[in-house]
Amino acid sequence: MNPRILMLLAGLLLLSATSLLYGLLSGSVAVRPEDLLAVLSGHGDSLQDQVLLELRWPRVAAAFVSGALLGTAGALMQVLLRNPLADPYVLGISGGAASGALLALLLGLGGAWLHGAAFGGALCSMLLVFGLAHGSGSWSAQRLLLTGVVVAAGWGALIGFLLALAPDGRLRGMLFWLMGDLSYASVPVAGSCVLLAGLVIATGLGRSLNILAYGEQTASALGVGVTGLRRTLYLLSSLLTAAAVMLAGSIGFIGLIVPHLLRLAGLRDHRLLLPATALLGGCLLVLADTLARTVLAPRQLPVGALTALIGVPLFLALLNYNRQGLVDRG
Amino acid sequence: MADARLLQAAQLEVSIAGHAVCRDLDLQIAPGDRWCLLGRNGAGKTTLLLTLAGLRPAAGGQLTVRGRPLTALAHRQRARHIGLLPQDHQDAFPASVLETALAGRHPWLGAWQWEGARDRKIAADALAAVGLAGFEARDTGTLSGGERRRLGLATLLAQQTPLQLLDEPLNHLDIHQQVRMLELLTQQATDAGRALLMVLHDINLAARYCNRFLLLFGDGTHAQGSHEVLDANRLQRLYGHPLTRIDTGHGPAWLPA
Repeated sequence: MNPRILMLLAGLLLLSATSLLYGLLSGSVAVRPEDLLAVLSGHGDSLQDQVLLELRWPRVAAAFVSGALLGTAGALMQVLLRNPLADPYVLGISGGAASGALLALLLGLGGAWLHGAAFGGALCSMLLVFGLAHGSGSWSAQRLLLTGVVVAAGWGALIGFLLALAPDGRLRGMLFWLMGDLSYASVPVAGSCVLLAGLVIATGLGRSLNILAYGEQTASALGVGVTGLRRTLYLLSSLLTAAAVMLAGSIGFIGLIVPHLLRLAGLRDHRLLLPATALLGGCLLVLADTLARTVLAPRQLPVGALTALIGVPLFLALLNYNRQGLVDRG
Repeated sequence: MADARLLQAAQLEVSIAGHAVCRDLDLQIAPGDRWCLLGRNGAGKTTLLLTLAGLRPAAGGQLTVRGRPLTALAHRQRARHIGLLPQDHQDAFPASVLETALAGRHPWLGAWQWEGARDRKIAADALAAVGLAGFEARDTGTLSGGERRRLGLATLLAQQTPLQLLDEPLNHLDIHQQVRMLELLTQQATDAGRALLMVLHDINLAARYCNRFLLLFGDGTHAQGSHEVLDANRLQRLYGHPLTRIDTGHGPAWLPA
């Protein structure tokens, strides 16, 4: 394997560990690294125990897992639709989830009900788009994209309707959910399982995904069962997105930008790109969420705004750097 | 005894959007055959090629590979037997030249298997054969149209299939590269006992490098045979344009009248 790629993967692992540490140690209650060790070995004081284990760990873990889910789902969706602009939400999954979640918030439900309603909405949207796009047998990327975009627009209207009906007191919570919010997070057991299973399956399909990017005809001629692969990809990326949205609301940008950041950095093989996307997506969301709850503490900012604030300049810088690199090489 | 024919069509019927491409087509492709598929724009050459490649269902008739129905082959099995060079390439994401050529090894590798030294050697040899040695690390986006076309050919060569179907393989190639690629393809068809079936628009190059011709007239009828099938009447009917035969020192040449 290319040594540069190995360095990149090692760097990502290191970055993941650092971002998790940073997330655990930052906040209104100061925690030093040695306090963390004390808590882990069972000798911490009760305040630090509580802050770390009950508040920060669930939130940091949920941020990492949902970032990883979003990154992976985004990379898969981009191959499925053969469109570099695709993100996990383009086919309306997040719209369905948001409609479910906002309905729950409107009814004053929280906790497990909120997560359940979001997941239910996402599943509902996923089946709807699959059924409609699949209706007449042919299942081109175009048709899927069109169906998804139109269904997403429908959800958007429903969301507007729910927001208009909402009493003022609930509006803030609903808006935060829409921009992505990790303050309701709990330790993401189910999310981690979905992530691991999804990554293993997707990485196993990695070489077929590389080939699907060359076009449907080329891929079929090279022995890829395109129809089956597309269905698997759709279900997989939808489930990953639904799991992410259930954890953290619709956090934008991670799923769009993380796969491209890594492609620009030279990772093209999906067998490496997918695990790397998961790591970088996790890191970015942990960083963004930690900043969201600390920069203007005690006020909390919507994490979705922070992901874009970090992601946009990073992406543009890399794009610019890469263009110069291409000129040098070419 | 095993059936040696790489592909056989019996009473094949192909149609697209209600329009008949061919009816009652019997075709036998044997090792060493160099077929050329000729026809005017819209006659259905690509549609027939995709059908023969097993990528599109036929409207009727049978296609068999060494005596087995084509539809009975699994995707990967089929891709080890029949390779296809599509008419054009679409690269959705950046990839390097070597990665693209290595894609040809896909049907030969298991799901969790990585390309090994042997696959890399096959891909590098294929790149060298089409004149792209030294381009391995280049991004496909930086290639010219002709270089991208030759990369497509390298991918097809790396696939190492006994039967190669090529849809206008000479697109974007300059005259030197057209001859080079045809030499390469016909040479390895003869040497390795492979068979070619290519869509060409240049009758003279076709007559020089191919030994079997399939003419699609666009109304469902067709004609096939060796060089004698190329005569002025048939070619005029084929293209809807009269052609003049000129005898040169290297054999006959056809010029549009």
